[in-house]
This record gives sequence, C-alpha cells and structure tokens, in this order.
Amino acid sequence: MSPYFIDGNEAIARAAVEAGCTFFAGYPITPATTIFNHMLKLLPPAGGICLQGEDEIASIGFCLGASMAGRKVMTATSGPGLSLMSEHISFAIGSEIPIVIVNVQRLGPSTGSATKGADGDIQFMRWGNSGGLPVIVLAPVDAGDCYRLTHEAFNLAEQYRCPVFIASNKEIGLTRESVDLGSLELGEKIQRKCAQPFQDYLPFHTADNEMVPDFLPIGGDALVRQTSSSHGPDGYLTVDRQLINSSMDRLLAKLRDGGASLSLHELDNESGAQRLIITYGVTGRAAKEAVERLRAKGVAVSLLVLKTLYPVPEELLRNIIAWFRLVIVIEMNMGQYVREIERIAGNVPVLNYGRMDGVLISPETIVQVVGDEDLAQ
Amino acid sequence: MKTLLNDRRPLVYCPGCDHANVVQALNRALMQLKLSGNQVVIVTDIGCSGLFDTFYNTHALHGLHGRPLTYATGLKLARPELTVIAVMGDGGMGIGGAHVIASCRRNLDINLLVLNNFNYGMTGGQCSVSTPQQAITSSGFLNQLEQPLDFCKLAETAGASWVGRFLPEEKELAAGISEAVCHHGFSVLEVENVCTGRYARGNPRALREKKEHEHNPLFSGVVSRNERLEYGDGYRRLAAEQPAEEPFTEIAVEQTAAIDDRCEIMLLGAAGQRMNTAGEILCFAAMAAGLQVTRKSDYPITVLRGHSVCEVVCSPQPIRYTGIARPDVILALAPEGVERKRSVFESVKSDCLIIKAADVEIPPSQCRIIEIDFQQQCGITFINRGVAALAVLSCVHPVLNANMFRSGLFYRLKSRQLEMALVTAGRISSWFKENPQ
Ligand code: SF4
Repeated sequence: MSPYFIDGNEAIARAAVEAGCTFFAGYPITPATTIFNHMLKLLPPAGGICLQGEDEIASIGFCLGASMAGRKVMTATSGPGLSLMSEHISFAIGSEIPIVIVNVQRLGPSTGSATKGADGDIQFMRWGNSGGLPVIVLAPVDAGDCYRLTHEAFNLAEQYRCPVFIASNKEIGLTRESVDLGSLELGEKIQRKCAQPFQDYLPFHTADNEMVPDFLPIGGDALVRQTSSSHGPDGYLTVDRQLINSSMDRLLAKLRDGGASLSLHELDNESGAQRLIITYGVTGRAAKEAVERLRAKGVAVSLLVLKTLYPVPEELLRNIIAWFRLVIVIEMNMGQYVREIERIAGNVPVLNYGRMDGVLISPETIVQVVGDEDLAQ
Repeated sequence: MKTLLNDRRPLVYCPGCDHANVVQALNRALMQLKLSGNQVVIVTDIGCSGLFDTFYNTHALHGLHGRPLTYATGLKLARPELTVIAVMGDGGMGIGGAHVIASCRRNLDINLLVLNNFNYGMTGGQCSVSTPQQAITSSGFLNQLEQPLDFCKLAETAGASWVGRFLPEEKELAAGISEAVCHHGFSVLEVENVCTGRYARGNPRALREKKEHEHNPLFSGVVSRNERLEYGDGYRRLAAEQPAEEPFTEIAVEQTAAIDDRCEIMLLGAAGQRMNTAGEILCFAAMAAGLQVTRKSDYPITVLRGHSVCEVVCSPQPIRYTGIARPDVILALAPEGVERKRSVFESVKSDCLIIKAADVEIPPSQCRIIEIDFQQQCGITFINRGVAALAVLSCVHPVLNANMFRSGLFYRLKSRQLEMALVTAGRISSWFKENPQ
C-alpha cells in the first residue's frame, strides 16, 4: 500500500497532468479554486500552460482555442461559473471540441453558499446548452475516484470529441483523505484520432463506419475550419436540411452507442434483495455504510452507485432494476436524477429522497428511508 | 505573391458595403507579408463581420458573439508561430468588452481588426456601443441616451501596444494591417465602415462624413507608452523559471495503531489557530500507523476572523461517510469553534473525551473533560493550541501516541514550524509527567 493524503481537487489536477493535459484555464471560484492553484504549480514548469481568464467565458474560450490547436485541455468551476460557460459548452458540443470541464458543485441556486456542498447541477450539466445535444457527465464519490475518473474523462473527451463533465462536489473536492493511488486501475491513454494532413481535409467528415470525425489541429499543414454555426463536413455554414439532419443524428448516436465505456458504475447486489438504492457522488459513501447497517439488521438491500450519469446508462439500469420490487434514489438535491430512473423503471416503483441544505445525507437517514417497513407493501 | 482569397466563396455583402474593401485589404496585407494560408488563422464571431473567415484560404475559427479574442488567446499560446487575426464588429466589441480590455492588458501577439460600422447590420440596424447619439437606428430613441465608445481610446487606455484607426481605402489600410501584423504584441486596428444596407439610409450624412473624415493622428500605430514585453514571450520565460511541483508525499507505515474501530475527532478553534494544520498533523500521524483518514474543514469565506473547525476521521477500515455527528474526541480550543458546533455537545456520547482550553466555555456535559490552561501552565500561546491539544491527546487517547504524533509533525511541518511544534509537544509531555491525569 502506498497511501497519499490528497483531496478531490488535487487528485483531479494531478490526474489531468498524468492524462496528458497541457492546457488549463480557469477563474477563481470556491470550491473549485484549488484545482487552478494545483494546475498553476504543475503545468508551467512542465512546459504546459495555465491561465487565469478575465471570467469563466474567457477561461473556457481559451481552452477551446487551445483544444483546436491540438492540446488536451481542462477548465474547472462551480455552479455560477458554469452558468457563464454555457454558450461555450454548446459550441464544444456542436462543433466537437474535446474538453474536460470540472464542476465542483456548491449549494445553489445562483451564488448560493460558496462553502457548502450539493449535487444541484446534475440536470444543468446535461441540459445547460442550447440545442440539448448529449454530453458526458462522470460522478466521482471520493478523491481516488476523482483521480480515476479524470483519467477516464480525458479519454472520453478525446475519443468522442465532446465536453466531458466531472460532477464533483465541495464535499469531495475539499475533503482530504488517504488514497491508495497504486491500487487504482487506469486504462490506456487515448489520443484523438487524427486525419492525414491532406489539403482537401474535411473537418467534419466521418467515414461510413465511424461516428467521430478525424481531427487535425488549427496551425498544422492542412487548413482547418472550425465553426459554431450549423455546418456540413467542410466546416462551412450550411442550411442544407439533410446535412444538418445527419450531423444531428450523428451527434446523438455517437454517445448513445458508446456502450460499456459509458456505463461506469459500482453494483453491490445482495441475492434475494427486493430493494435497490441508486445513488451517485459523495452520497455513495454514506449509502455503502447504510447498506452494511441494513444488512446487519436483516434488511436485504442492493446498492447501485452510478459513475456515469450521462449519457444515462439505460440498458444497464433497465436490466438491473428489473430484479427489484422497489427502487430508492438518494441524491443531494431536490430530486433530479430520479427523473431519469423513473422513465426507465417501467412498473417498478421509484422513491426519491433528497435534501439540498449544505449537509451531507447521513447513513442514519438512508437506513431510515430504505429500512422503513411500510415500504414493503 | 499568392492570393489567399477563397475563390469558391465570393463576397456576399450588400452593394457598397465597406466590409468588402477590408476583405481585399487584408488579403493584400497577408500577400505582402508572404504568409501562406496555413500560417494564418482568422478568428471571427457573429454578424456581417463574422463572415470574414469564409472568404480566405487560411485556418478559420468562427465562434460566439464577442468571444474571438478568447479563442485567439488559447490558439496563440498553444501555437506561438501562428499569425492570429481576430475580426470583430462594433457589436462584438460591446458584448465582449471584458475580453478586449483583458487582451489589451495582456499584450499577446494577436491582431484585432475592428470593423466599426456604428450599428448592428445583420439583425436590422440596432444601435451599438459606437453609435453616435444623433444617429437614426432601429433602436428608436435609445441610442440618444448612451454615449458612443471610442475603441481606439479604449484600447490605448487599456494598454494595447499598437492602435490604429483607418478608412476602408484598400492600399492605405493594407499597409496599416501589415504593420499591425508585424507588430510583436497586441494590436487593435479599427476601420470606420459604412453599412449601406442598414445604416446609411437613415443616416445619409455617414457617407459624406466618411469622405471628410480626418485621420486621428493619435492612433496611427505603435503606442510608445504601452510598448513592452509580449505576453507569450514573458509567459514562456517565467514558466521556465518555476520550480517543478513536488510529487505526492508518500507516507510510510512505520508506527502501530491502537484503535480497531472508527474514531471521530472534532477540532473547534478560531481563525489564526492553524486548526487545519493540526488536523493534518493528526491525519499524517494516523496514516503513519496504517490508518485511513479523512479531513474536512469549515471556516467562513472571509478569513482571519471567526471560527475554524476541522473534522477528522481515523479508521483501520475504509472510511465511507465523512460526516461527524457524535465525535469520540472534541478539542475545544476557542469559543468561536464551540459556538459553531454547539449542537454537537447536546448529543455527545458519554465516552467522548473533551480536551478544552481553560478559557473556553463549553455546554455542561457528563463526558471526561481534561482542562488545560495552555498559557499559564505550559507557556503555550493561542496560535499553538492546536498542536498542544494534539500533544495532550497523544498522552491520553489510543487514537494517537507519542511516536505517531512525532511522525505526523515530521510529515506536515518543516524547519522553524517543526522546531516550535516539538518544543510545544515537549512542554505538554513534561506537564503531564508532573500532573498525571
Ligand atoms: S448589412 Fe451592412 S454590414 Fe452587413 S453586409 Fe449589408 S452593408 Fe455590410
């Protein structure tokens, strides 16, 4: 065992550099600021670039420019900053610019409470873009997960050429803990697939069996066009209905068909259990403890902790939920992800427990909610 | 000299639109500088000026209104060898004002071409930040109430090192653009254009004014008082001087832990008492004995005043829930911290250990309480109470022993701080020898 004493924010910064991130831009905001602080120490001496933008719009804009120049890029913020980034998130989705966006969530709405945690931006990350096209959202439960999922986030961003969110929380980002990094299983590092630098390069062309266009950097030999407007394969604005249609279909399908690489989760299944707890983020930790206590009391219960929130791992959820008589979704907000579970659960009833007051949901509370005898009926 | 104009993308501007002249002038400038298309990126935003990138065979990045300078900044720092030309209209200058000011202050080698035609052409002739107050626009009377902005004055004030104002006469403008591109730093070149489609009809004088317009000699190139180091050069120089970040501190297990279950410790103090440091020393100590730990802190968003609370969990098993409702140990070291966590005392476990400073009041409790007058009995000052309380803990509770504590101090502290902490620990342990609890 090789224990390190780190918090979620440091884990994300270190993992980003390990994953090959060479460009970071951010704007200070509690509780995400220490990611910027760490990147500022890590990147410049290693030949990378770390900038402080004049605001969040600029910070993510710098990243999009650098990503189009071929860099692996990351920005980090919290709810109010994410609001400002919205137009550029839409740009990154529609124009397929890889970027990792860390959202260390704090209690909202609006400026809310800077030093209190929440998972209140879950649907906001998914839908806070014009056009409503899909994004990837990964949710770590602790500092070790921050490290592993950041590595994963860069791989997914490069592979699918899209924004990937890390849905952290003040309670993860600023909680320092012992982590055994040696035991983490990290996959291979993935680089975005590059095209041959021919002069007639079509920046948004995809081969018949491919879902993601091959990349070339702005500044390389072949001319590259990037645009935030509706475009055809050549990167010029188009009003051609068929071209637009097929590109929308592709943007939807590329993440829908991601399969197993987009269904990260942890399942603790107890045979014979009729109740399933579904949760994510820091609440996953309390849920694990609650499940142990419930089982000790003789209550059979299973636990699913989702690490990929979006795209919703529908097949996985459908398969697992079918084994149970009752699903209980526990989340640190007023009921957001439960909407996804409800539409997938079919005839299985879904209950929701949530709170959003800056206080962690405790194992006692989960034991109470899940162990309630009346639920058996 | 090869043209960079894209022959498959003819100009689509209204007849008489000055933007067309600027397209030609920019091409002429790039040709004069013998730049090939793959050495140049044209970065644009929204509006008629936003069509600019499509007319050239260069790299192109077309993005959101007012934001070209943000992409340009990322591109230029990632690829310093690229010639980066950002094109904005007066609309973009308004909505993206913060980026314009920041770019002027930064002095990164980007060329900003401002196509100022005093209105929002594409959306139907609304007023912009540069519309004269007497102009007729589709924003009704609104522009009468707002003073127009002088982009060149703004750029000069904000620190641009090259500022020029031109009319869209191709030859002269091309020379100006060449000069701006050659300038090693941030340049702002404003072209005063006439929008025949939306503006000239309501404001027929615009055409005549343009002809009579006298070049403002204040803005004809290098601004000597703003001449300085280019941002990218400066960045690379300073970045190379930064010391490499230290790798993770790896903690070796060299001590033995004496607890076999989760132990929750709450440190209640005030700003300035280094409660967080104390919490971390405890964590390092526990890790040195092979325990798992978590540490959370709670302090007001403004510092140097108010409570400082640190919550530590140590356990031989993996720690799931990080919250503490009923601590096993409370270190009550300042009234601010006690006040903050008053409710904890109400439900405190009977076997909880409370170590309190003599001058700190706590709610009545049945627990075991060790009270110390840190100043009087041990000569320990207010700011050292955190470390001192840990020293007490190491004498009386299985979660921490003297060897673990020593490891914790050595992992967390350096030089003078470490020396002071060792002195503090020594005083506490001799006091304990004389006053066994
Ligand atoms: S609307 Fe104005 S700016 Fe736009 S093309 Fe026509 S004349 Fe030019």
